[in-house]
Amino acid sequence: MSLSRKEIEKVSHLARLQLSDPELDAMTAQLANVVEYMETLSGLNTDDVEPLAHASDISNVLADDILKPSLSREEALANAPKRDAECYRVPAVLGD
Amino acid sequence: MTHDAFQTIIGLEVHVQLQTQTKLFCRCSTAFGAPPNTQTCPVCIGMPGALPVMNGKAYQLALRTAVALHCEIPRFTKWDRKQYYYPDLPKGYQISQFDLPMSQNGHLAISDPSGVFEPKKVGIIRAHLEDDAGKSMHDEAASKADSRIDLNRTGTPLLEIVSEPDMRSAAEARAYLSELKLLLMYLDVSDCNMQEGSLRVDANINLHLETSHGKVATPIVEVKNMNSFRAVERALSYEAGRQFELWEERHIQLGGPGGHKTTRGWDDEVQVTRPQREKEESSDYRYFPDPDLVPVITETDHVEEVRRNLDELPAAIRKRLESKYKITSYDTDVIVNQGRDFVDFYVTVAESCGDGKRASNWLQQDVLRTLKEAELSIEEFPVSADSLGDLLNRVSAGDLDNSRAKDVFSRMFNEQESVEEAMSALGIVKVDTSALESLCRELVTANPKVVADVQEGKSQAIGALIGQARKQNSNANPAEVKRICLKIIASL
Repeated sequence: MSLSRKEIEKVSHLARLQLSDPELDAMTAQLANVVEYMETLSGLNTDDVEPLAHASDISNVLADDILKPSLSREEALANAPKRDAECYRVPAVLGD
Repeated sequence: MTHDAFQTIIGLEVHVQLQTQTKLFCRCSTAFGAPPNTQTCPVCIGMPGALPVMNGKAYQLALRTAVALHCEIPRFTKWDRKQYYYPDLPKGYQISQFDLPMSQNGHLAISDPSGVFEPKKVGIIRAHLEDDAGKSMHDEAASKADSRIDLNRTGTPLLEIVSEPDMRSAAEARAYLSELKLLLMYLDVSDCNMQEGSLRVDANINLHLETSHGKVATPIVEVKNMNSFRAVERALSYEAGRQFELWEERHIQLGGPGGHKTTRGWDDEVQVTRPQREKEESSDYRYFPDPDLVPVITETDHVEEVRRNLDELPAAIRKRLESKYKITSYDTDVIVNQGRDFVDFYVTVAESCGDGKRASNWLQQDVLRTLKEAELSIEEFPVSADSLGDLLNRVSAGDLDNSRAKDVFSRMFNEQESVEEAMSALGIVKVDTSALESLCRELVTANPKVVADVQEGKSQAIGALIGQARKQNSNANPAEVKRICLKIIASL
């Protein structure tokens, strides 16, 4: 299976990556290689292998429902590119 | 809307906020109404390297709900990243469940006491546990082009309950929501406050039509932005009518050209649905298992333990009240809808006065009205169920009539008096039978006209004697006076 340049454009848009034309060309070739490499896995017989949802063999890691201190608002907003006294500010959200 | 020409098909997606102290994957508070951005941490605002840990309580509440909805609980469940960009989603993905939800294939039974629709079971496709997004606010006051983002709600545990498209009218959809909400309240898993967003409803609706070319379906519309059950009912009625008109006009079919699924929002002021802007490529979520979370394994034994420990739920309580206390399904519905404490209060009153119907009437009229006027809950009600039962018992025994009993009740509530105290304060004593008989005999003798009327078959004329008896002795029980007077007249 190979990837088309169109698919790469779509994926980069979904990931909000702005790639230049040469970058898109490079990505198309490189990602196609990655996908092709993974394709070799489909040659394996997995009939007797249980599907795996997690690489480690642990489950049921659950925390007690007990409050811990949150960040102060100043700490929380410290990295915001744009903010006011209380909130993050972002370009207007449309459609709601 | 019911209409001969089409059948309405409705499925509902309900998001319920689970009642935990802390968020699903971090230990920030879930309390509503805190100042913006004061309940966040690196996990819920998506800082690189922060690691989520599942809230055990949230999982248990979700499990309890799924079991109560008769869902299958798979032994193995996991969480996935649902990826999209939106300003209120700081991680860039929602942690949800994709192919292996924690529960599936359940049902919820609905019925209507007034018979608007036949009782039915609405299938539950799945109920899964996921985290909530933040809140975006438009800064209209400053008329700036920005939106303001408050991330306090980000990461709050939600149970998404997805029904089968089994509902056939807006009334059925509303009944499903009411029953679901009642169940959630009885399970004590959510406060279900729609104003605070603890319960949110999206609906999928389309129509099935019989045409000369066979059965066809209209394109599915997802309706959002409905802020009350009444709004859901109205929006769905409106939408069914709109789709039918559109069908008549343009004949667009589900899956045909222009027949893809669209999203519309309910405008409660104008009472119409309007098209909503679709989030760009929103359907391409690229789910994959969240590597930061490990799966949860729930053994059958544990599921059975949860099932055994469920308290009695609304459907079972309705059946019990109807069969044990001989009250109508309408009456049971009113009582059960008030919540578990009210049901317990009812049962105590009914048991103690031995008359389920009388207890039901009193609770639905006097008690509910008093609670409403005083803005009290049944737990705060100063008249105990035992003393109300005592009062009603005396009414049943003929010690006092219903209208005097209401005066006693009012003193019991206002002065916090016992039945005895209130009765003696009102001068209510039971008139003994011989005194009542001699009073009646005097009245019969003094009122030959009434006697003649009664003898001619105008039995309502007896009312005049009851009135006079009450004037002479306010404790005279009207029913008793009537019975005795009629007996005397008959023996004349």
